[in-house]
Amino acid sequence: MKILITIYLNSIAQRFDLSSEVLIANHDGFRIIDEPRTIIMSRPSAEELCNLIIKENIEVVICGGIEERHYKFLSWKKIKVFDSVIGDYSQALELAGEGKLVEGTILPSAYENGQ
Amino acid sequence: MTMVAKSLSDPDTINRDDILDGVPHGIAILDDQLRIVTMNRSLEAMTGFTCADAKGIYGDSIIRSNLGTRGQIFHQVFTTGESLTVEGDIINRNRRKILIQFTISPLRGHLERIQGLIIVLEDISSLHTVMNTALFSESSTGILGHSLKMQEVFDLMPLMAHTDASILITGETGTGKDLIAEAIHKASKRGRHPFIKINCGALPESLLESELFGHIKGSFTGAIKDKPGMFKLAQEGTLFLTEIGDMPLPLQVKLLSVLDDREFFPVGGDKKVKVDVRIIAATHRSLKEQVEKGNFREDLFYRLNVLHMHLPPLREREGDIRFLLDHFLRELTKRLEKKITGFTSRSLEQLTSYSYPGNIRELRNIVEYCANICQDDRIRTEHLPKYLFSGSNADAENPVLKIREDGTNGRPDEKPVSGQIDIHSGKDWISIEKEMIIDALLKAHGNRSKAAKELGWGRTTLWRKMNLHNLS
Repeated sequence: MKILITIYLNSIAQRFDLSSEVLIANHDGFRIIDEPRTIIMSRPSAEELCNLIIKENIEVVICGGIEERHYKFLSWKKIKVFDSVIGDYSQALELAGEGKLVEGTILPSAYENGQ
Repeated sequence: MTMVAKSLSDPDTINRDDILDGVPHGIAILDDQLRIVTMNRSLEAMTGFTCADAKGIYGDSIIRSNLGTRGQIFHQVFTTGESLTVEGDIINRNRRKILIQFTISPLRGHLERIQGLIIVLEDISSLHTVMNTALFSESSTGILGHSLKMQEVFDLMPLMAHTDASILITGETGTGKDLIAEAIHKASKRGRHPFIKINCGALPESLLESELFGHIKGSFTGAIKDKPGMFKLAQEGTLFLTEIGDMPLPLQVKLLSVLDDREFFPVGGDKKVKVDVRIIAATHRSLKEQVEKGNFREDLFYRLNVLHMHLPPLREREGDIRFLLDHFLRELTKRLEKKITGFTSRSLEQLTSYSYPGNIRELRNIVEYCANICQDDRIRTEHLPKYLFSGSNADAENPVLKIREDGTNGRPDEKPVSGQIDIHSGKDWISIEKEMIIDALLKAHGNRSKAAKELGWGRTTLWRKMNLHNLS
């Protein structure tokens, strides 16, 4: 399963449209395969991010706030979007890989780190 | 709020129901780490997060604003201690983007030490919708029309206002190019800055260059002081170049260079002037044809034609003629304090079947003529200008002197006569022109300046033509 997470430092970026950094990882349901890679975009843009997601054949997107039109576009492209997730991206990645992540999850790290 | 500030360290004692829920805006209180201490019900509804879930989480992770990454603005208020009001947006859990006015203020505790922040979020979406509608509403722009073609124009206007690209507005004389240009300017981010209009066809080349780019004292005879020029006066605003098709070729080169480099030399100057101006150009001519004829530079045409808006002539605006007739009649009867209630069916038939080559300007003049002449409660055919009757039949059958697309009557020495009598059957041009002048002078109660304006001429032209017709 190819997962993309919009990130800021160690956390999931608050907003999809304002993210300029993404992490792409492959998860086989038990663990992460290969070293995840990060992509820094030239500028934050929801449209460019959507194009990247399609181009990279991403299956799961984990992000913070996302506008309905982008959510619908990705869903229409059969991409599962877990939005409004708050906390460390590593925790989110693990949960998503195990199939335990749901939309709107506030991860324990959000309370520990304040974000 | 003092009670709130004192109890920041112990949020349980905050009387949230009484204090925060009573305010009809979203409110969040952040601690000195900028984590949520509490938030009111309005903010719960606005963000989609409950206060219980949000407590202890970094404020901007819940509010999700566009005010910089990781709540830069919150940090700024916390550091400076100065309140701030700023507009932005949030994306809530329902995936809706909401326009918000944020008011961020420090909360001070003992010894005036800042212990946290209070953030008030006011939903301004509805306000913006009203403003956007109002910006292009009939009352604010003076542009009227319910036809499909005008609806297309109205739909384009906000899009053009939101970019900074050059716009070319085309359309016959009297279609409202100036009004559209000004409405777009007002709705754009340059709206607070000047909107300067200059008619490129009204001035000789040397004078136009000086008007546009300014001059330096002593650069030519009569240049007794420095003149800034329209480009400089329109700094940060919009320069509206009307009748761009009439701009002399040498000036087109200079204009193109300004558009490319955003700087120019004033007449007689040796220092470049930098400008930040948006250009909206308008013309009643077909610029493509002008390019083909070699009268207009192709490169300038493409530079100006980034966005193009064509205003339809009145005869193509289905249903608008009737609407505009009623509108102008209402307006004029009120101004003239008359009791005219409307048009008879025959006069209406005559008015709606006319082709209005002068478009709205001509229609308005006709209604004004009728309203002045009419002494009854309704406008009858005898109150209509006579040329409407000769023109309607002659239009198709006897085009003795039809108006051309460029607004002239075909005579090479004539300037365009905007919105004036242009179709007739039988009379020669000399007698029509004489009638027009008399008509305009009567309307203007003998005021030559007003009559000249009415005819679309300068005072000198009117004077010359009055002499020609022995009217002086």
